Amino acid sequence: MTVTPLGIPRRLLEFTIDGEPARVPEGSTVLDACRAAGKDIPTLCQGDTLRPKNACRVCVVEVEGARTLVPACSRRAEPGMVVRTGTERARHSRKIVLELLASSVDLSTTPRAAEWIKEYGAKPDRFGPGAARLNEEPKVDNDLYVRDYGKCILCYKCVDACGDQWQNTFAISVVGRGFDARIAVEQDAPLTDSACVYCGNCVEVCPTGALSPRTEFDMRAAGTWDASRQTETSTVCAYCGVGCTLTLHVQDNEIVKVTSPHDNPVTHGNLCIKGRFGYQHVQNRG
Amino acid sequence: MDLHFGDSLPTDEERAAVDALLGPPDSSWEGADRSDADLRWARGGRRARDRRDLLLPGLHAINDRIGWISEGALGHLCRRLTVPPAEAYGVATFYAMFSVRPRPATVLHLCTDLACAAAGASELCAGVAARLGPDSGVQVERGPCLGLCERAPAALAVRAGDPVRTAVAAPATVEEAVRAADAPDSAPEEPPVATAVPQAGREGLVLLGRVGVVDPASLDDYRAHGGYTALRRAFALGPAGVIREVTDSGLVGRGGAAFPTGRKWQATASQPDHPHHLVCNADESEPGTFKDRVLMEGDPYALVEAMTIAGYATGAHQGHLYLRGEYPRALRRLEHAIAQARARGFLGDDVLGRGYAFDIEIRRGAGAYICGEETALFNSIEGYRGEPRSKPPFPVEKGLFGKPTVENNVETLVNVLPILTMGAPAYAAIGTEGSTGPKLYCVSGSVARPGVYELPFGATLGELLRLAGVRDGLRAVLLGGAAGGFVRPDELDIPLTFEGTREAGTTLGSGVVMAFDDSVPLPRLLLRIAEFFREESCGQCVPCRVGTVRQEEALRRITERTGAAAAGDIALLREIGRAMRDASICGLGQTAWNAVESAIDRLGAYT
Repeated sequence: MTVTPLGIPRRLLEFTIDGEPARVPEGSTVLDACRAAGKDIPTLCQGDTLRPKNACRVCVVEVEGARTLVPACSRRAEPGMVVRTGTERARHSRKIVLELLASSVDLSTTPRAAEWIKEYGAKPDRFGPGAARLNEEPKVDNDLYVRDYGKCILCYKCVDACGDQWQNTFAISVVGRGFDARIAVEQDAPLTDSACVYCGNCVEVCPTGALSPRTEFDMRAAGTWDASRQTETSTVCAYCGVGCTLTLHVQDNEIVKVTSPHDNPVTHGNLCIKGRFGYQHVQNRG
Repeated sequence: MDLHFGDSLPTDEERAAVDALLGPPDSSWEGADRSDADLRWARGGRRARDRRDLLLPGLHAINDRIGWISEGALGHLCRRLTVPPAEAYGVATFYAMFSVRPRPATVLHLCTDLACAAAGASELCAGVAARLGPDSGVQVERGPCLGLCERAPAALAVRAGDPVRTAVAAPATVEEAVRAADAPDSAPEEPPVATAVPQAGREGLVLLGRVGVVDPASLDDYRAHGGYTALRRAFALGPAGVIREVTDSGLVGRGGAAFPTGRKWQATASQPDHPHHLVCNADESEPGTFKDRVLMEGDPYALVEAMTIAGYATGAHQGHLYLRGEYPRALRRLEHAIAQARARGFLGDDVLGRGYAFDIEIRRGAGAYICGEETALFNSIEGYRGEPRSKPPFPVEKGLFGKPTVENNVETLVNVLPILTMGAPAYAAIGTEGSTGPKLYCVSGSVARPGVYELPFGATLGELLRLAGVRDGLRAVLLGGAAGGFVRPDELDIPLTFEGTREAGTTLGSGVVMAFDDSVPLPRLLLRIAEFFREESCGQCVPCRVGTVRQEEALRRITERTGAAAAGDIALLREIGRAMRDASICGLGQTAWNAVESAIDRLGAYT
């Protein structure tokens, strides 16, 4: 039997979102409240299993009395706060953020990016053909996952997942400064010379597809990756006694990717190298 | 954590540089040779990790000794401090003064920022580059403001070794800059700091009264000129009394944000969490600003005393002085002053025999404008990348090491001394109702007598410029530095107060007043400002990381264009600027468009 811990009951606090009263438990973020109220606020660097980094600034909303816009993902709701999510000012900043990202980064595999660009009327082309881009080649230096930093929006989620928030391996960091900042291991070495343990928990949290399993990367390159044809099957990892829940992503009767549900109380979406990448024996049909 | 250190080993010299800072390693877990005892005990862990804040001093130690930070040296430092090498690499690559690629032991920094550009920095750079080729043993680096604007154009030579040697050439000719780089030991001494204070020695100066008058090396001389009377008065008033005086004086922060100092101190003092920290922000990097350098070089004990008072009032026993890395003379003088004060009982376990313990530790920055942002500065001291934190929580609640912290810049702290010696009412009588006290201005550019000026709040811009001997043909005045704004020559009656500049739609910022004549094309200046922000953005948030790049690109496109040909890009700049101001995490991104906007709107640039 699975026991779901309920935690200490939290007081509700009241504030206003877009003129409507909202009641959320103490400690909730503005984003939690907005989502509960059915508002669709775009997010990129926010992760359901990570502490908010508020780096991408695409979730900004207007809070009465604040000099600047505030990131909904990290700002805690306060009693009496007056939040506006759809003002011209907030939408303008979201549009510019999307334009700045789309003009410098390849967002082709970022879920919902195209939809938001359309919704906000963003025109990434207007910075001209000379606009600086990241222009990074995919780093294929191991058999398990690929780092394509031309798609990286520098959301810090992989660094946080590799570091003290989940894996405690600290194999990667943000390196350099400003527009030249990149995710890298020490000395910009190949992954195989680093502390990486290939748990793939960075791949799991990557919001843009900059990090992808080798299978997915190769299939996308070959044009055979088709998420609509994939089924998801839940099972339990057989490698050790922890018994992590696995979700097998299967396309054409082949496992193409393994994940774990983010709301699983044991894994929180994390796995180890065996659970995430050690499935080839299943389909070794010899 | 299970750290992975690789196989690269440090050279003996690199090892010596790190061990000189940290002491010899305790065990093989920290990089010593393996002994039998190491097989039984895993030392390191939390105790070693707690020294993460020594990462930046460690990087300095290696860079100072060798000139660059090799893989083996970085690995050794990481082993000593139990820091993941990837994180340390991320920190080392964050700072402009460090290099993780081999380079010559001597680096010559040439300032190409606004005041120096107007004083012929590009000719200087070209001349130096012609003399110091790739085989000269000197790496020439063009960079942002060195804080020597009163003596533009400026050059700073740093030669790695034991000890590291530095030489300043300012105003620099090609010959002098090359000599400073070739032989930093025999380069001529910098002129005395009083030359940066045209008013030096005049009666009635409150903040600059001792600069050029006292011997900055002598504690006795400082005391003979009224030093340490404020601290005695502070002890007589008690912490709450000091905060009351500072609150009543109306003192507000001089770094640009103008937050009431008394309120900040009260908020920190009343936090139940302990220990409290005091941080002095001496990372003065705003282009055109050099007042804190002049104060620290000319009157270092005043800062030591002021920090002691601030610590006493807010319940802090440790003061951290974060000094920008490009100020070697200020570093030497403050190190000396702190050592003297400690030896004579003005710092230490029992300050002046009053049972209050306080000490000051200097931390050097390493070339990052963003570290002047208060929370980025905390991260920098703690040994992380100098990226700003998001607020709330505010520093008074969770600051340095997650503890309540009061952070003030040098000028703000030094103002506390006259508040206590003359009393809050007398201090508040100086200046205007909304902006009390004296203010320091860094005047540079097209003036006959550039330097730091002290005037009571309320003097007009014109009065200040006349005092500095503004030259004919004034085209524009930049107030507040790169993050500030331009005003026109017909606006010189703007009163220099927080409320006066706000009313005029501009800002006092950190007190930069830079005068420009017709000789420098405005679009070139704006492009330099945009380059500055692009270079100095930490890269954390999208609006600033990419916005500053797009801003620079647009300004580069319209350097030679006006009117309708520039209109499209100006509209684009406005849109980007608005998002940077609204959505950036910290003040850098929020102000990166200010100066350009003011040049377009007030000066009619590109029309």
